[in-house]
Amino acid sequence: MKEIKIKTRDLTLYYGPKMALNSISIEIPEKEVTAFIGPSGCGKSTFLRTLNRMNDLIPNVRITGEVLVDSLNIYDKQIDVVNLRKKVGMVFQKSNPFAKSIFENVAYGPRINGINNKTKLEEIVETSLKKAFIWEEVKDRLNDSAMALSGGQQQRMCIARTLAVEPEIILMDEPASALDPISTAKIEELIFELKKNYTIVIVTHNMQQAARVSDLTAFFYLGELIEFGKTKKIFTTPDKKHTEEYITGRFG
Amino acid sequence: MSRKKDITGGFFIGVTAFSAFVIIAVIIILLVVIIKGGKDTFSWEFLTAFPEDGMMKGGIFPAIYGTALLVLIMSIAAVPFGTITAIYLTEYAHEKSVLAQTIRFAVRTLATVPSIIFGLFGLGFFIKFVGGGVDDFFLGGELKWGQPNILWASLTMALLTLPVVIVSVEEAIRTVPRELREASLALGATKWETIKRIVIPGSRSGIMTGTILAVSRGAGEVAPILFTGAAYYLATLPTSMSDQFMNLGYHIYILATQSANVDQTLPIQFATTMVLLLLTFTLNLAAVIIRSRLRRKAK
Repeated sequence: MKEIKIKTRDLTLYYGPKMALNSISIEIPEKEVTAFIGPSGCGKSTFLRTLNRMNDLIPNVRITGEVLVDSLNIYDKQIDVVNLRKKVGMVFQKSNPFAKSIFENVAYGPRINGINNKTKLEEIVETSLKKAFIWEEVKDRLNDSAMALSGGQQQRMCIARTLAVEPEIILMDEPASALDPISTAKIEELIFELKKNYTIVIVTHNMQQAARVSDLTAFFYLGELIEFGKTKKIFTTPDKKHTEEYITGRFG
Repeated sequence: MSRKKDITGGFFIGVTAFSAFVIIAVIIILLVVIIKGGKDTFSWEFLTAFPEDGMMKGGIFPAIYGTALLVLIMSIAAVPFGTITAIYLTEYAHEKSVLAQTIRFAVRTLATVPSIIFGLFGLGFFIKFVGGGVDDFFLGGELKWGQPNILWASLTMALLTLPVVIVSVEEAIRTVPRELREASLALGATKWETIKRIVIPGSRSGIMTGTILAVSRGAGEVAPILFTGAAYYLATLPTSMSDQFMNLGYHIYILATQSANVDQTLPIQFATTMVLLLLTFTLNLAAVIIRSRLRRKAK
């Protein structure tokens, strides 16, 4: 069994008076792909966003319980949320390139970290784009606007942008839901490659995608973690009736 | 019955169309009268020469120069200050906090204060209090800053145009998508880094619109500078912040009411009005174009 990278204990989250997550306890191992599945509004995205404290940005959110990343409680007062987010990167559902060149998009994170040396930046941009399987497509037009890329290319560039900060964990919030099948396949291939070096947590609506890319699967329903285990087991012989019904498409 | 309806319907169409027509007619008449009265006087020389013969002849260059300088100094004061306020309101203040509500109320109120009140405020605050204070403390009572000049006039005008800047920049900041802020924060940027690198560059056209609208407003207003720095006539251009200046709007007022022979200056009045109108129309048009582009981008 691999080491535990992220661990939550009784994590409960309220939007105002409404409970959105109910006492979630989970252990996510390092350098594996863990998928969160469940119907819309089940809390899987909300849960994902608690792992790098993106929910901090939303007013009226109240959280109890613990989230441990490398055994450190990230909701502890001493934790620097900026450093946390460098360690726990995030790729969003809708590709969100900045209105800058491809180069400047990828160099954004390193620049914030104070790297201004041009050679060094070029090096980081190149390796990051290579890791995200998009280098060959963009190497001759790094100074073009990132907005000119196709949706799938934008998303891979956003992944490169995340990699440039050298995170250990990458959270992906339905990264392929807005993409065509070919772009989706590329992203999945990329995830498969990335898990050698990174811990990946992916939220997906696409059951086949979860089955294809993940090692572990967690099924959420109405703010609760119903079942969590090896993907193979969840998709063949789930313990809970609810999980089985969702996976076989009887509701959701 | 249906005939009666037709008649009433037609009547209302007529009334509304007539109202719309009146507005267009007013603008056309205004333009025709002004251009007709001013076109013979309007020339390159008129724009570049000093007034002559007690302002009965010559050009209006000092008034153009003074107006340009006024709006320039005003923008240097109002744009950064307004932008910072807008950033605070949209990014830092909680929407419902007492402080944010108070600022918003103040901005709205500021926008409705009659412009002559700004003039009086400028006289009392900038000239008497600040300027007079500087003279007393640093110059041993010598009168230098405690009198009307272009700096105080520009700052007074800046107060008047501040709401315009704040509202435009706020609107622009709100069009910067949440996804971009999140992307930046998720890369480990602090809130300030995100504002500096993503939000402000994304709001450039809004800041530009705000500036242009403020400049156009500032170029046209006269009341705020009446007591704070505009001069009747100056033989030289202002060279220091403590100099007075001539101004297009004020110049029209002077020619129309204070000159030795009002009728004789009529062509100059028309031509000056033409220049002022042209200036504000152009600026407003530019602002409208930039703003419509911004709104299209926001959709």
